[in-house]
Amino acid sequence: MSAEPLQTVLRSATREVVIGHDRPFCLIGERINPTGRRIFQEQLREGDLSAIERDVKAQVEGGADVLDVNMGVPLTDEPELLAKAITMVQELTDLPICIDSSVVEALEAGLSAYRGRALVNSVTAEDDRLELILPLVKKYDAAIIALPNDHDEIPMEADKRVELTGKIVRVATQEYGIAQADIVIDPLAMPIGADTSTSLVTFEVMRRIRDDFGVNMTCGASNVSFGMPDRHTLNAAWLPMAMTSGLTSAIMDARTPKIVEAVKAADVFLGHDDWGMAWISAHRAKQAAADAP
Amino acid sequence: MTPEEILQALYDETLTGNAPRVLELTNEGLDLDMEPQTLLFDALIPSLEEVGARFERGDFFVPEMLIAGRAMAGAMERLRPLLAETGVETVGKFLMGTVKGDVHDIGKNLVNIMLEGAGFEVIDLGVQVAPEKFIEAIDLHQPDIVGFSAFLTTTMPMFKANMNALEKAGMRNDVIVMVGGAPVTQEYADAVGADGYAADASQTVKRAKALLDAKRSKVPA
Repeated sequence: MSAEPLQTVLRSATREVVIGHDRPFCLIGERINPTGRRIFQEQLREGDLSAIERDVKAQVEGGADVLDVNMGVPLTDEPELLAKAITMVQELTDLPICIDSSVVEALEAGLSAYRGRALVNSVTAEDDRLELILPLVKKYDAAIIALPNDHDEIPMEADKRVELTGKIVRVATQEYGIAQADIVIDPLAMPIGADTSTSLVTFEVMRRIRDDFGVNMTCGASNVSFGMPDRHTLNAAWLPMAMTSGLTSAIMDARTPKIVEAVKAADVFLGHDDWGMAWISAHRAKQAAADAP
Repeated sequence: MTPEEILQALYDETLTGNAPRVLELTNEGLDLDMEPQTLLFDALIPSLEEVGARFERGDFFVPEMLIAGRAMAGAMERLRPLLAETGVETVGKFLMGTVKGDVHDIGKNLVNIMLEGAGFEVIDLGVQVAPEKFIEAIDLHQPDIVGFSAFLTTTMPMFKANMNALEKAGMRNDVIVMVGGAPVTQEYADAVGADGYAADASQTVKRAKALLDAKRSKVPA
């Protein structure tokens, strides 16, 4: 028997976003992240956060439901930077935020600056990480993204990822009193260019996690096309396949219409957009924009 | 096939990553009494160099690089013992690993392929390599260069931990240290006291050769 499908509720000060298996896919914009952006890194190091304004605007216009905020710049005060960035993003938009750092102090600083109910990105199945991060999640009443990998390499077998998901769910709910609905599992999407069978494993993991635990899932979806040509087309094909397998959200490129439209189209076919009303409204809005002088 | 045909076919099949055929051709070449170093330096290495050049230009993609590297690795497994017997010198010995706490290896593996393609002997310790593992391996293999790879801002501090371990073991002056990975910068490399940094795989090869030349010119022969 399948587990009951759960709903994860995120909030900003004024807006609520619900992630769930019978709802439209939740698009988490990935762009506010300095990794691989040399100029942005330089700016952040000098305390210049102005580029964030542009990133917020582009992603809100592109159709993001939530914005990921990562300030992982080496040789800076990441907690201070992340808190500042979160305050700034909340002044610019009412979308909820996914607070993204592997530095515990930065997560805490981000959570204390945030107004609303955040999504924390992320914890792994490693005991020391669970011990450090889950109390914060509980204290600030947030939801948490959890990766089913432990101290060894990223497990390539579906069994191991499902087993580690079970461990995370058990520890978070029983030892820290976190609701199962507030655990969002990242089934680990790896680049197809480095291993031809990797996506099939990830899809299997998604189906099993959905059926066994009913929890929501998200992942870094742009990663799947790393090292390949025409990445947008690959990303746009991969997301609907993942959605069919049980993925309910992704940290993704929300600025590229081709990718966002693929997700919205999949919502229609999966029965997550009743009578295609959202699809039709989006079409009208696009037409109106094109007709505008 | 003539030796010339074997070399040409070996070059072509490595370029397209046909591992079974590359191994067959290597064996055919050896059966014809071709020298292992001829197969290596006149076919395999030029082919991998071409793979790297195409990758750098954006004409080749990650999977093509990986299968070409795998094809060469298969041939090298056959050739390495023979090369050792004949005392052929490699360009240099490069010990590589992703630091402790980090499981990312795609970038590191691409760098390994480029290094092998440039004639380096590469010893890859894999991912999650603790400082004491690096020390052990340096002691065992006596590499010219050791490379630390990190993909996360949170695991980059392991560079410093590795450097401290080298100092403590009294090995700091025995090896050239290079660092790299997506979030790593020249400033960061300088801050941890590494000898070299490169932003991508092909620059790593150039930098490694330059560092090696500089070191060898300092040491009297």
